[in-house]
Amino acid sequence: MSATVEIRRRLSDAFALDVAFTAPPGLTVLFGRSGSGKTTILRSIAGLVRPDAGRIQVGGRTFFDAGAGTDVPVQRRGVGYVFQQLALFPHLSVRANIEYGLQALPAAERLARVDAMAASFHIAPLLERRPDRISGGERQRAALARALVTEPSILLLDEPLSALDHAIQSQIMADLRRWHERHRIPVLYVTHSHREAYALAERVIVVEQGRVAATGSSHEVLDHPAERALASLAGFENVFDAAILERQERAGTMRCRLEGTRTELEVPLTQQRVGDRISLAVRAGDILLAAQEPQGISARNVLRGRLVDTAPQGPAVVATIDAGARFTVHLTPGGADAVRLRAGADLWLIIKTYSCRVLAR
Amino acid sequence: MDWEAIWLTARLAALVSAILLVISLPLAHWLVFSRRRWTFLVEAVVSLPLVLPPTVLGFYLLLAMGSRSPVGRWWTSLTGQSLAFTFEGLVIASVFYSLPFAVQPIAAAFAQVNHTLGEASATLGASRLRTFLRVTLPLSMHGVVAGAVLSFAHTVGEFGVVLMVGGNLPGVTRTISIAIYDDVQALRYERANETALALLAFSLLVLLAVYGARRRSWALAPTA
Repeated sequence: MSATVEIRRRLSDAFALDVAFTAPPGLTVLFGRSGSGKTTILRSIAGLVRPDAGRIQVGGRTFFDAGAGTDVPVQRRGVGYVFQQLALFPHLSVRANIEYGLQALPAAERLARVDAMAASFHIAPLLERRPDRISGGERQRAALARALVTEPSILLLDEPLSALDHAIQSQIMADLRRWHERHRIPVLYVTHSHREAYALAERVIVVEQGRVAATGSSHEVLDHPAERALASLAGFENVFDAAILERQERAGTMRCRLEGTRTELEVPLTQQRVGDRISLAVRAGDILLAAQEPQGISARNVLRGRLVDTAPQGPAVVATIDAGARFTVHLTPGGADAVRLRAGADLWLIIKTYSCRVLAR
Repeated sequence: MDWEAIWLTARLAALVSAILLVISLPLAHWLVFSRRRWTFLVEAVVSLPLVLPPTVLGFYLLLAMGSRSPVGRWWTSLTGQSLAFTFEGLVIASVFYSLPFAVQPIAAAFAQVNHTLGEASATLGASRLRTFLRVTLPLSMHGVVAGAVLSFAHTVGEFGVVLMVGGNLPGVTRTISIAIYDDVQALRYERANETALALLAFSLLVLLAVYGARRRSWALAPTA
Protein backbone atom coordinates (compact mmCIF):
# COMPACT_ATOMS: atom_id res chain seq x y z
CA MET A 1 0.00 0.00 0.00
CA SER A 2 1.40 3.34 -0.97
CA ALA A 3 0.03 6.79 -1.64
CA THR A 4 0.30 8.71 -4.89
CA VAL A 5 -0.36 12.39 -4.58
CA GLU A 6 -0.61 14.94 -7.36
CA ILE A 7 -2.15 18.22 -6.30
CA ARG A 8 -2.54 21.65 -7.78
CA ARG A 9 -4.37 24.31 -5.85
CA ARG A 10 -4.26 28.08 -5.84
CA LEU A 11 -3.88 29.35 -2.28
CA SER A 12 -3.66 33.07 -3.03
CA ASP A 13 -2.89 35.33 -5.94
CA ALA A 14 0.81 34.95 -5.39
CA PHE A 15 1.00 31.38 -4.21
CA ALA A 16 -0.06 28.06 -5.67
CA LEU A 17 0.50 24.55 -4.39
CA ASP A 18 1.80 22.25 -7.12
CA VAL A 19 3.25 18.97 -5.87
CA ALA A 20 3.54 15.38 -7.01
CA PHE A 21 5.07 12.55 -5.01
CA THR A 22 4.64 8.94 -3.98
CA ALA A 23 4.78 7.89 -0.34
CA PRO A 24 5.53 4.19 0.14
CA PRO A 25 4.55 2.39 3.34
CA GLY A 26 6.64 3.83 6.14
CA LEU A 27 7.40 7.24 7.48
CA THR A 28 7.77 10.11 5.02
CA VAL A 29 8.54 13.51 6.46
CA LEU A 30 7.11 16.56 4.68
CA PHE A 31 9.66 19.14 5.63
CA GLY A 32 9.56 22.88 5.05
CA ARG A 33 9.02 26.29 6.54
CA SER A 34 5.60 27.26 7.86
CA GLY A 35 3.49 28.56 5.03
CA SER A 36 5.17 26.36 2.42
CA GLY A 37 1.98 24.38 1.81
CA LYS A 38 2.67 21.22 3.85
CA THR A 39 -0.57 21.31 5.81
CA THR A 40 -2.62 21.93 2.66
CA ILE A 41 -1.14 18.70 1.24
CA LEU A 42 -2.38 16.76 4.29
CA ARG A 43 -5.78 18.44 4.19
CA SER A 44 -6.16 17.61 0.51
CA ILE A 45 -5.39 13.93 1.15
CA ALA A 46 -7.92 13.88 3.99
CA GLY A 47 -10.53 15.59 1.81
CA LEU A 48 -10.80 18.70 3.97
CA VAL A 49 -9.53 20.82 1.08
CA ARG A 50 -10.46 20.23 -2.54
CA PRO A 51 -7.57 20.61 -5.01
CA ASP A 52 -8.18 22.49 -8.26
CA ALA A 53 -6.63 19.66 -10.22
CA GLY A 54 -4.71 16.44 -9.77
CA ARG A 55 -5.15 12.94 -8.42
CA ILE A 56 -4.87 11.33 -4.98
CA GLN A 57 -4.65 7.55 -4.61
CA VAL A 58 -4.07 5.68 -1.39
CA GLY A 59 -3.55 1.93 -1.34
CA GLY A 60 -5.10 1.48 -4.78
CA ARG A 61 -8.20 3.53 -3.87
CA THR A 62 -8.80 6.78 -5.71
CA PHE A 63 -9.74 9.52 -3.25
CA PHE A 64 -9.69 12.33 -5.75
CA ASP A 65 -9.38 12.59 -9.49
CA ALA A 66 -10.19 15.96 -11.01
CA GLY A 67 -10.22 14.46 -14.53
CA ALA A 68 -12.69 11.70 -13.70
CA GLY A 69 -14.74 13.88 -11.33
CA THR A 70 -13.99 11.61 -8.35
CA ASP A 71 -14.04 13.24 -4.92
CA VAL A 72 -14.66 10.80 -2.06
CA PRO A 73 -16.08 12.68 0.96
CA VAL A 74 -13.90 12.97 4.07
CA GLN A 75 -16.04 10.53 6.08
CA ARG A 76 -15.50 7.72 3.59
CA ARG A 77 -11.77 8.11 3.00
CA GLY A 78 -10.72 6.26 6.13
CA VAL A 79 -7.65 8.37 6.85
CA GLY A 80 -6.06 8.86 10.26
CA TYR A 81 -5.45 12.55 10.89
CA VAL A 82 -3.74 14.01 13.94
CA PHE A 83 -4.25 17.76 13.94
CA GLN A 84 -1.67 20.23 15.14
CA GLN A 85 -4.03 21.28 17.95
CA LEU A 86 -5.02 17.58 18.38
CA ALA A 87 -8.75 18.41 18.32
CA LEU A 88 -9.70 15.95 21.05
CA PHE A 89 -13.39 16.33 21.89
CA PRO A 90 -13.33 18.27 25.18
CA HIS A 91 -16.72 17.03 26.40
CA LEU A 92 -15.91 13.34 25.93
CA SER A 93 -13.71 11.09 28.04
CA VAL A 94 -10.46 9.81 26.55
CA ARG A 95 -12.22 6.45 26.04
CA ALA A 96 -15.15 8.06 24.19
CA ASN A 97 -12.67 10.03 22.09
CA ILE A 98 -10.78 6.91 21.01
CA GLU A 99 -14.04 5.00 20.46
CA TYR A 100 -15.47 7.79 18.33
CA GLY A 101 -14.37 6.41 14.96
CA LEU A 102 -15.54 2.85 15.73
CA GLN A 103 -19.29 3.50 15.66
CA ALA A 104 -19.90 0.76 13.10
CA LEU A 105 -18.46 -2.00 15.32
CA PRO A 106 -20.32 -3.98 18.00
CA ALA A 107 -19.82 -2.72 21.55
CA ALA A 108 -17.67 -5.66 22.68
CA GLU A 109 -15.22 -5.21 19.83
CA ARG A 110 -15.09 -1.45 20.38
CA LEU A 111 -14.17 -2.05 24.00
CA ALA A 112 -11.46 -4.57 23.08
CA ARG A 113 -9.92 -2.34 20.43
CA VAL A 114 -9.88 0.75 22.63
CA ASP A 115 -8.31 -1.16 25.52
CA ALA A 116 -5.63 -2.68 23.28
CA MET A 117 -4.83 0.70 21.74
CA ALA A 118 -4.72 2.43 25.10
CA ALA A 119 -2.33 -0.21 26.41
CA SER A 120 0.09 0.14 23.50
CA PHE A 121 0.11 3.93 23.85
CA HIS A 122 0.38 3.82 27.66
CA ILE A 123 -2.84 5.69 28.43
CA ALA A 124 -4.94 2.84 29.86
CA PRO A 125 -5.22 4.44 33.35
CA LEU A 126 -6.50 7.71 31.85
CA LEU A 127 -9.37 6.38 29.77
CA GLU A 128 -12.16 7.72 31.96
CA ARG A 129 -10.71 11.24 32.25
CA ARG A 130 -11.53 14.28 30.17
CA PRO A 131 -8.81 15.61 27.83
CA ASP A 132 -8.34 18.75 29.95
CA ARG A 133 -7.44 16.56 32.94
CA ILE A 134 -4.38 14.90 31.37
CA SER A 135 -0.93 16.19 30.39
CA GLY A 136 0.14 17.45 26.96
CA GLY A 137 2.04 14.26 26.17
CA GLU A 138 -0.91 12.13 27.24
CA ARG A 139 -3.24 14.17 25.05
CA GLN A 140 -0.84 13.56 22.18
CA ARG A 141 -0.99 9.81 22.78
CA ALA A 142 -4.78 9.92 23.01
CA ALA A 143 -5.00 11.77 19.67
CA LEU A 144 -2.69 9.23 18.02
CA ALA A 145 -4.66 6.33 19.51
CA ARG A 146 -7.94 7.85 18.30
CA ALA A 147 -6.61 8.08 14.73
CA LEU A 148 -4.91 4.67 14.68
CA VAL A 149 -7.67 2.59 16.29
CA THR A 150 -9.74 3.00 13.11
CA GLU A 151 -6.98 1.15 11.16
CA PRO A 152 -6.62 3.92 8.58
CA SER A 153 -5.15 3.37 5.13
CA ILE A 154 -2.85 6.37 5.61
CA LEU A 155 -1.76 8.31 8.69
CA LEU A 156 -1.47 12.10 8.42
CA LEU A 157 0.39 13.86 11.23
CA ASP A 158 0.50 17.66 11.29
CA GLU A 159 3.39 18.76 13.52
CA PRO A 160 2.06 16.43 16.19
CA LEU A 161 5.03 16.63 18.53
CA SER A 162 6.15 20.21 18.15
CA ALA A 163 4.66 21.33 21.48
CA LEU A 164 6.29 18.58 23.55
CA ASP A 165 9.70 18.35 25.13
CA HIS A 166 12.27 16.11 23.49
CA ALA A 167 12.15 13.24 25.97
CA ILE A 168 8.38 12.80 25.60
CA GLN A 169 8.66 13.24 21.84
CA SER A 170 11.06 10.36 21.51
CA GLN A 171 8.97 8.07 23.75
CA ILE A 172 5.90 8.74 21.63
CA MET A 173 7.88 8.22 18.44
CA ALA A 174 9.07 4.87 19.78
CA ASP A 175 5.44 3.86 20.45
CA LEU A 176 4.44 4.98 16.98
CA ARG A 177 7.33 3.04 15.43
CA ARG A 178 6.33 -0.12 17.27
CA TRP A 179 2.75 0.23 16.08
CA HIS A 180 4.00 0.91 12.62
CA GLU A 181 6.04 -2.29 12.37
CA ARG A 182 2.77 -4.20 12.49
CA HIS A 183 0.78 -1.92 10.16
CA ARG A 184 2.64 -1.02 7.03
CA ILE A 185 0.80 2.06 5.80
CA PRO A 186 2.13 5.36 4.51
CA VAL A 187 2.66 7.84 7.31
CA LEU A 188 3.04 11.49 6.27
CA TYR A 189 4.60 13.59 9.01
CA VAL A 190 4.62 17.34 8.58
CA THR A 191 7.31 19.27 10.42
CA HIS A 192 9.49 22.35 10.12
CA SER A 193 12.03 21.05 12.62
CA HIS A 194 15.07 19.45 11.01
CA ARG A 195 15.85 17.75 14.30
CA GLU A 196 12.57 15.84 13.99
CA ALA A 197 13.16 15.20 10.29
CA TYR A 198 16.57 13.68 11.04
CA ALA A 199 15.35 11.67 14.00
CA LEU A 200 12.36 10.12 12.28
CA ALA A 201 12.53 9.93 8.62
CA GLU A 202 13.03 7.02 6.34
CA ARG A 203 12.26 9.50 3.56
CA VAL A 204 12.10 13.25 3.41
CA ILE A 205 10.20 15.42 0.95
CA VAL A 206 11.29 19.03 1.14
CA VAL A 207 8.44 21.43 0.34
CA GLU A 208 9.24 25.01 -0.51
CA GLN A 209 6.87 27.69 -1.78
CA GLY A 210 4.26 25.08 -2.64
CA ARG A 211 6.63 22.83 -4.61
CA VAL A 212 8.64 19.72 -3.94
CA ALA A 213 12.22 21.00 -3.73
CA ALA A 214 13.91 17.67 -3.00
CA THR A 215 13.08 14.04 -2.27
CA GLY A 216 15.23 11.33 -0.78
CA SER A 217 16.47 9.70 2.39
CA SER A 218 16.96 12.13 5.24
CA HIS A 219 20.73 11.97 4.82
CA GLU A 220 20.65 12.51 1.07
CA VAL A 221 18.31 15.44 1.33
CA LEU A 222 19.64 17.04 4.45
CA ASP A 223 23.40 16.34 4.01
CA HIS A 224 23.88 17.22 0.36
CA PRO A 225 21.75 20.25 -0.22
CA ALA A 226 21.40 20.95 -3.90
CA GLU A 227 20.66 24.56 -3.40
CA ARG A 228 21.40 27.24 -0.95
CA ALA A 229 17.83 27.69 0.26
CA LEU A 230 17.84 24.04 1.22
CA ALA A 231 21.09 24.38 3.10
CA SER A 232 19.74 26.95 5.48
CA LEU A 233 16.60 24.87 5.94
CA ALA A 234 18.44 21.68 6.61
CA GLY A 235 20.68 22.63 9.46
CA PHE A 236 23.51 24.51 7.78
CA GLU A 237 23.32 27.52 10.02
CA ASN A 238 26.19 29.25 8.22
CA VAL A 239 25.72 30.02 4.55
CA PHE A 240 28.01 32.57 2.85
CA ASP A 241 28.40 34.03 -0.62
CA ALA A 242 31.97 33.50 -1.77
CA ALA A 243 34.26 33.70 -4.82
CA ILE A 244 36.92 31.17 -5.80
CA LEU A 245 40.45 32.64 -5.60
CA GLU A 246 42.60 29.65 -6.47
CA ARG A 247 42.24 25.97 -7.36
CA GLN A 248 44.77 23.63 -5.73
CA GLU A 249 44.23 20.57 -7.91
CA ARG A 250 46.87 18.45 -6.23
CA ALA A 251 45.64 19.05 -2.73
CA GLY A 252 42.06 18.64 -3.86
CA THR A 253 41.10 22.01 -2.39
CA MET A 254 40.22 25.56 -3.40
CA ARG A 255 40.77 28.90 -1.68
CA CYS A 256 37.70 31.13 -1.47
CA ARG A 257 37.03 34.59 -0.11
CA LEU A 258 33.75 35.34 1.59
CA GLU A 259 32.10 38.22 -0.23
CA GLY A 260 32.32 41.60 1.46
CA THR A 261 35.11 40.41 3.78
CA ARG A 262 38.78 39.57 3.72
CA THR A 263 38.06 36.19 5.31
CA GLU A 264 39.41 33.24 3.31
CA LEU A 265 38.48 29.60 3.63
CA GLU A 266 39.95 26.45 2.14
CA VAL A 267 37.19 24.21 0.80
CA PRO A 268 36.96 20.93 -1.14
CA LEU A 269 37.75 21.11 -4.89
CA THR A 270 34.70 21.22 -7.20
CA GLN A 271 34.09 21.72 -10.92
CA GLN A 272 33.82 25.50 -10.61
CA ARG A 273 36.53 27.79 -11.99
CA VAL A 274 38.55 30.59 -10.48
CA GLY A 275 36.40 33.72 -10.19
CA ASP A 276 33.15 31.73 -10.03
CA ARG A 277 30.71 32.80 -7.38
CA ILE A 278 29.58 30.07 -5.05
CA SER A 279 27.76 29.57 -1.74
CA LEU A 280 29.53 27.97 1.20
CA ALA A 281 27.60 26.14 3.90
CA VAL A 282 28.99 25.07 7.29
CA ARG A 283 27.07 23.45 10.12
CA ALA A 284 27.22 25.30 13.43
CA GLY A 285 28.14 22.03 15.11
CA ASP A 286 31.14 21.43 12.81
CA ILE A 287 33.07 24.50 13.97
CA LEU A 288 35.58 24.24 16.84
CA LEU A 289 36.48 27.15 19.12
CA ALA A 290 39.81 27.77 20.85
CA ALA A 291 40.66 30.41 23.44
CA GLN A 292 44.33 30.55 22.31
CA GLU A 293 45.71 30.44 18.81
CA PRO A 294 46.04 26.74 18.03
CA GLN A 295 49.43 25.43 16.87
CA GLY A 296 50.27 22.46 14.73
CA ILE A 297 46.80 21.21 13.90
CA SER A 298 45.56 19.52 10.74
CA ALA A 299 42.54 21.75 10.11
CA ARG A 300 43.32 24.17 7.30
CA ASN A 301 41.02 26.97 8.35
CA VAL A 302 41.89 28.85 11.53
CA LEU A 303 40.13 32.24 11.74
CA ARG A 304 40.60 34.83 14.45
CA GLY A 305 37.32 36.28 15.67
CA ARG A 306 35.54 38.06 18.45
CA LEU A 307 32.59 36.76 20.47
CA VAL A 308 29.46 38.84 19.77
CA ASP A 309 26.77 37.00 21.64
CA THR A 310 25.82 33.72 23.30
CA ALA A 311 22.38 32.23 23.85
CA PRO A 312 21.23 28.95 25.40
CA GLN A 313 19.35 26.55 23.12
CA GLY A 314 18.09 23.55 25.07
CA PRO A 315 21.11 22.04 26.74
CA ALA A 316 23.49 23.58 24.17
CA VAL A 317 24.96 27.04 23.75
CA VAL A 318 24.77 29.04 20.52
CA ALA A 319 27.64 31.49 20.06
CA THR A 320 27.78 34.20 17.41
CA ILE A 321 31.33 35.09 16.41
CA ASP A 322 32.53 37.87 14.15
CA ALA A 323 35.48 36.72 12.08
CA GLY A 324 35.03 39.14 9.19
CA ALA A 325 31.78 37.32 8.54
CA ARG A 326 29.38 36.29 11.28
CA PHE A 327 29.56 32.61 12.22
CA THR A 328 27.07 30.66 14.31
CA VAL A 329 28.70 27.97 16.47
CA HIS A 330 27.02 25.32 18.60
CA LEU A 331 28.78 24.20 21.79
CA THR A 332 28.01 21.91 24.69
CA PRO A 333 27.87 23.70 28.07
CA GLY A 334 31.16 22.02 29.03
CA GLY A 335 32.75 23.18 25.78
CA ALA A 336 31.52 26.71 26.39
CA ASP A 337 33.13 26.69 29.87
CA ALA A 338 36.41 25.38 28.48
CA VAL A 339 36.86 28.32 26.09
CA ARG A 340 35.52 30.82 28.68
CA LEU A 341 32.99 32.59 26.46
CA ARG A 342 32.95 36.30 27.29
CA ALA A 343 31.52 38.96 25.01
CA GLY A 344 34.30 40.78 23.20
CA ALA A 345 36.87 38.05 23.92
CA ASP A 346 39.24 36.94 21.15
CA LEU A 347 38.60 33.42 19.88
CA TRP A 348 39.87 31.18 17.14
CA LEU A 349 37.47 29.33 14.85
CA ILE A 350 38.70 26.00 13.50
CA ILE A 351 36.94 24.62 10.43
CA LYS A 352 38.01 21.47 8.61
CA THR A 353 38.13 21.77 4.83
CA TYR A 354 35.64 18.94 4.44
CA SER A 355 33.17 20.57 6.79
CA CYS A 356 32.65 23.21 4.12
CA ARG A 357 30.00 22.45 1.49
CA VAL A 358 30.29 24.16 -1.86
CA LEU A 359 27.00 25.04 -3.55
CA ALA A 360 26.61 26.46 -7.04
CA ARG A 361 24.95 29.84 -7.25
CA MET B 1 -54.34 36.79 40.17
CA ASP B 2 -55.66 35.87 36.77
CA TRP B 3 -54.88 32.12 36.75
CA GLU B 4 -56.62 31.56 33.46
CA ALA B 5 -54.30 34.07 31.76
CA ILE B 6 -51.23 32.60 33.48
CA TRP B 7 -52.10 29.06 32.41
CA LEU B 8 -52.80 30.21 28.84
CA THR B 9 -49.53 32.13 28.70
CA ALA B 10 -47.51 29.17 30.04
CA ARG B 11 -49.05 26.85 27.42
CA LEU B 12 -48.42 29.36 24.66
CA ALA B 13 -44.79 30.04 25.67
CA ALA B 14 -43.93 26.35 26.11
CA LEU B 15 -45.39 25.45 22.73
CA VAL B 16 -43.62 28.36 21.01
CA SER B 17 -40.27 27.47 22.63
CA ALA B 18 -40.60 23.87 21.51
CA ILE B 19 -41.47 24.84 17.94
CA LEU B 20 -38.65 27.39 17.90
CA LEU B 21 -36.08 24.79 19.01
CA VAL B 22 -37.10 22.53 16.15
CA ILE B 23 -36.81 25.42 13.67
CA SER B 24 -33.76 27.14 15.14
CA LEU B 25 -31.34 24.20 15.44
CA PRO B 26 -31.19 23.55 11.68
CA LEU B 27 -31.60 27.23 10.82
CA ALA B 28 -28.76 28.34 13.09
CA HIS B 29 -26.59 25.49 11.81
CA TRP B 30 -27.24 26.57 8.26
CA LEU B 31 -26.54 30.24 9.05
CA VAL B 32 -23.21 29.39 10.72
CA PHE B 33 -21.87 26.68 8.41
CA SER B 34 -23.33 27.50 5.00
CA ARG B 35 -20.90 28.92 2.48
CA ARG B 36 -23.64 30.55 0.43
CA ARG B 37 -23.30 34.26 -0.12
CA TRP B 38 -26.87 35.17 0.72
CA THR B 39 -26.98 33.81 4.28
CA PHE B 40 -26.85 37.43 5.43
CA LEU B 41 -30.25 38.04 3.84
CA VAL B 42 -31.83 35.27 5.89
CA GLU B 43 -29.98 36.53 8.96
CA ALA B 44 -31.46 40.01 8.48
CA VAL B 45 -35.00 38.69 7.99
CA VAL B 46 -34.73 36.44 11.06
CA SER B 47 -33.59 39.43 13.13
CA LEU B 48 -36.32 41.79 11.91
CA PRO B 49 -38.55 41.31 14.99
CA LEU B 50 -35.72 42.73 17.12
CA VAL B 51 -36.10 46.18 15.57
CA LEU B 52 -39.64 46.17 14.20
CA PRO B 53 -42.41 47.61 16.44
CA PRO B 54 -44.56 44.63 17.52
CA THR B 55 -47.63 46.38 16.17
CA VAL B 56 -46.12 46.46 12.68
CA LEU B 57 -45.29 42.76 12.81
CA GLY B 58 -48.73 42.05 14.29
CA PHE B 59 -50.45 44.12 11.62
CA TYR B 60 -48.89 42.23 8.73
CA LEU B 61 -49.43 38.89 10.42
CA LEU B 62 -53.08 39.82 10.88
CA LEU B 63 -53.34 40.66 7.17
CA ALA B 64 -51.63 37.38 6.27
CA MET B 65 -54.11 35.45 8.41
CA GLY B 66 -57.12 37.31 7.03
CA SER B 67 -59.53 35.88 4.49
CA ARG B 68 -58.05 38.01 1.70
CA SER B 69 -54.60 36.45 1.85
CA PRO B 70 -53.84 33.08 0.25
CA VAL B 71 -52.38 31.79 3.53
CA GLY B 72 -55.52 32.77 5.43
CA ARG B 73 -57.80 31.19 2.83
CA TRP B 74 -55.72 27.99 2.80
CA TRP B 75 -55.92 27.70 6.61
CA THR B 76 -59.69 28.32 6.56
CA SER B 77 -60.22 25.68 3.89
CA LEU B 78 -58.13 23.25 5.98
CA THR B 79 -59.64 23.87 9.42
CA GLY B 80 -62.92 25.61 8.76
CA GLN B 81 -62.00 28.62 10.85
CA SER B 82 -59.88 31.77 10.58
CA LEU B 83 -56.40 31.99 12.16
CA ALA B 84 -56.88 35.49 13.50
CA PHE B 85 -58.11 35.78 17.10
CA THR B 86 -57.40 32.09 17.83
CA PHE B 87 -54.81 30.35 20.01
CA GLU B 88 -53.23 28.74 16.91
CA GLY B 89 -52.88 32.16 15.30
CA LEU B 90 -51.22 33.42 18.45
CA VAL B 91 -48.73 30.51 18.39
CA ILE B 92 -47.76 31.23 14.79
CA ALA B 93 -47.41 34.97 15.44
CA SER B 94 -45.30 34.33 18.55
CA VAL B 95 -42.99 31.99 16.64
CA PHE B 96 -42.17 34.80 14.22
CA TYR B 97 -41.90 37.33 17.01
CA SER B 98 -39.51 35.28 19.18
CA LEU B 99 -37.50 33.67 16.37
CA PRO B 100 -34.34 35.84 16.78
CA PHE B 101 -34.30 35.16 20.52
CA ALA B 102 -33.91 31.46 19.80
CA VAL B 103 -31.73 31.59 16.68
CA GLN B 104 -29.15 34.13 17.82
CA PRO B 105 -27.84 32.48 21.00
CA ILE B 106 -27.84 29.06 19.32
CA ALA B 107 -26.00 30.37 16.26
CA ALA B 108 -23.49 32.18 18.48
CA ALA B 109 -22.82 28.95 20.41
CA PHE B 110 -22.38 26.93 17.18
CA ALA B 111 -19.95 29.51 15.85
CA GLN B 112 -17.85 29.26 19.01
CA VAL B 113 -17.28 25.52 18.65
CA ASN B 114 -13.75 24.95 17.37
CA HIS B 115 -14.04 24.21 13.67
CA THR B 116 -11.25 21.63 13.82
CA LEU B 117 -13.39 19.42 16.07
CA GLY B 118 -15.88 19.05 13.25
CA GLU B 119 -13.08 18.20 10.84
CA ALA B 120 -11.68 15.64 13.26
CA SER B 121 -15.14 14.09 13.55
CA ALA B 122 -15.39 13.86 9.75
CA THR B 123 -11.97 12.21 9.38
CA LEU B 124 -13.15 9.64 11.94
CA GLY B 125 -15.98 8.68 9.60
CA ALA B 126 -18.85 10.57 11.20
CA SER B 127 -21.65 11.83 8.97
CA ARG B 128 -22.65 15.48 9.21
CA LEU B 129 -25.64 14.56 11.34
CA ARG B 130 -23.51 12.52 13.73
CA THR B 131 -20.97 15.34 13.96
CA PHE B 132 -23.80 17.70 14.81
CA LEU B 133 -25.36 15.42 17.44
CA ARG B 134 -22.13 14.20 19.07
CA VAL B 135 -19.89 17.28 18.83
CA THR B 136 -21.51 20.57 17.80
CA LEU B 137 -24.71 20.24 19.83
CA PRO B 138 -23.23 19.01 23.15
CA LEU B 139 -20.63 21.79 22.99
CA SER B 140 -23.38 24.36 22.31
CA MET B 141 -25.77 23.27 25.05
CA HIS B 142 -25.45 26.59 26.90
CA GLY B 143 -26.57 28.43 23.75
CA VAL B 144 -29.46 26.02 23.15
CA VAL B 145 -30.66 26.42 26.74
CA ALA B 146 -30.33 30.19 26.45
CA GLY B 147 -32.30 30.18 23.18
CA ALA B 148 -35.09 28.08 24.65
CA VAL B 149 -35.32 30.09 27.85
CA LEU B 150 -35.11 33.49 26.16
CA SER B 151 -37.75 32.66 23.55
CA PHE B 152 -40.00 31.30 26.31
CA ALA B 153 -39.58 34.46 28.38
CA HIS B 154 -39.96 36.74 25.38
CA THR B 155 -43.21 35.03 24.41
CA VAL B 156 -44.50 35.41 27.97
CA GLY B 157 -43.85 39.14 27.81
CA GLU B 158 -45.23 39.96 24.34
CA PHE B 159 -48.02 42.48 24.12
CA GLY B 160 -48.32 44.32 20.84
CA VAL B 161 -48.36 41.30 18.58
CA VAL B 162 -50.89 39.49 20.79
CA LEU B 163 -53.17 42.48 20.82
CA MET B 164 -53.06 42.82 17.02
CA VAL B 165 -53.39 39.14 16.14
CA GLY B 166 -55.20 37.65 19.13
CA GLY B 167 -57.27 40.40 20.61
CA ASN B 168 -58.40 39.83 24.16
CA LEU B 169 -60.49 36.67 24.43
CA PRO B 170 -60.37 35.14 27.95
CA GLY B 171 -58.99 31.59 27.86
CA VAL B 172 -58.19 31.83 24.13
CA THR B 173 -55.87 34.76 23.48
CA ARG B 174 -55.80 36.72 26.72
CA THR B 175 -52.20 36.42 27.93
CA ILE B 176 -50.70 37.74 31.18
CA SER B 177 -49.56 41.07 29.78
CA ILE B 178 -52.97 41.68 28.23
CA ALA B 179 -54.59 40.77 31.55
CA ILE B 180 -52.42 43.29 33.41
CA TYR B 181 -53.26 45.97 30.87
CA ASP B 182 -56.94 45.14 31.24
CA ASP B 183 -56.80 45.33 35.03
CA VAL B 184 -55.10 48.73 34.91
CA GLN B 185 -57.67 50.05 32.44
CA ALA B 186 -60.39 48.93 34.85
CA LEU B 187 -58.51 50.51 37.79
CA ARG B 188 -58.00 47.07 39.45
CA TYR B 189 -54.48 48.05 40.53
CA GLU B 190 -54.07 45.45 43.25
CA ARG B 191 -54.87 42.57 40.93
CA ALA B 192 -52.61 44.06 38.22
CA ASN B 193 -49.80 44.35 40.75
CA GLU B 194 -50.05 40.70 41.79
CA THR B 195 -49.75 39.48 38.23
CA ALA B 196 -47.03 42.01 37.39
CA LEU B 197 -44.95 41.00 40.42
CA ALA B 198 -45.23 37.34 39.47
CA LEU B 199 -44.03 38.17 35.95
CA LEU B 200 -41.14 40.26 37.31
CA ALA B 201 -39.97 37.45 39.58
CA PHE B 202 -40.26 34.95 36.76
CA SER B 203 -38.21 37.11 34.35
CA LEU B 204 -35.46 37.58 36.91
CA LEU B 205 -35.29 33.82 37.53
CA VAL B 206 -35.02 33.18 33.81
CA LEU B 207 -32.12 35.58 33.39
CA LEU B 208 -30.36 34.13 36.44
CA ALA B 209 -30.66 30.68 34.88
CA VAL B 210 -29.31 31.86 31.50
CA TYR B 211 -26.35 33.79 32.88
CA GLY B 212 -25.60 31.05 35.40
CA ALA B 213 -25.48 28.49 32.59
CA ARG B 214 -23.24 30.68 30.48
CA ARG B 215 -20.70 30.98 33.26
CA ARG B 216 -19.74 27.31 33.13
CA SER B 217 -20.12 26.38 29.55
CA TRP B 218 -21.12 22.75 30.12
CA ALA B 219 -22.98 23.05 33.35
CA LEU B 220 -26.07 21.84 31.52
CA ALA B 221 -24.45 19.43 29.06
CA PRO B 222 -25.09 15.70 29.34
CA THR B 223 -22.22 13.98 31.12
CA ALA B 224 -21.84 11.37 28.39
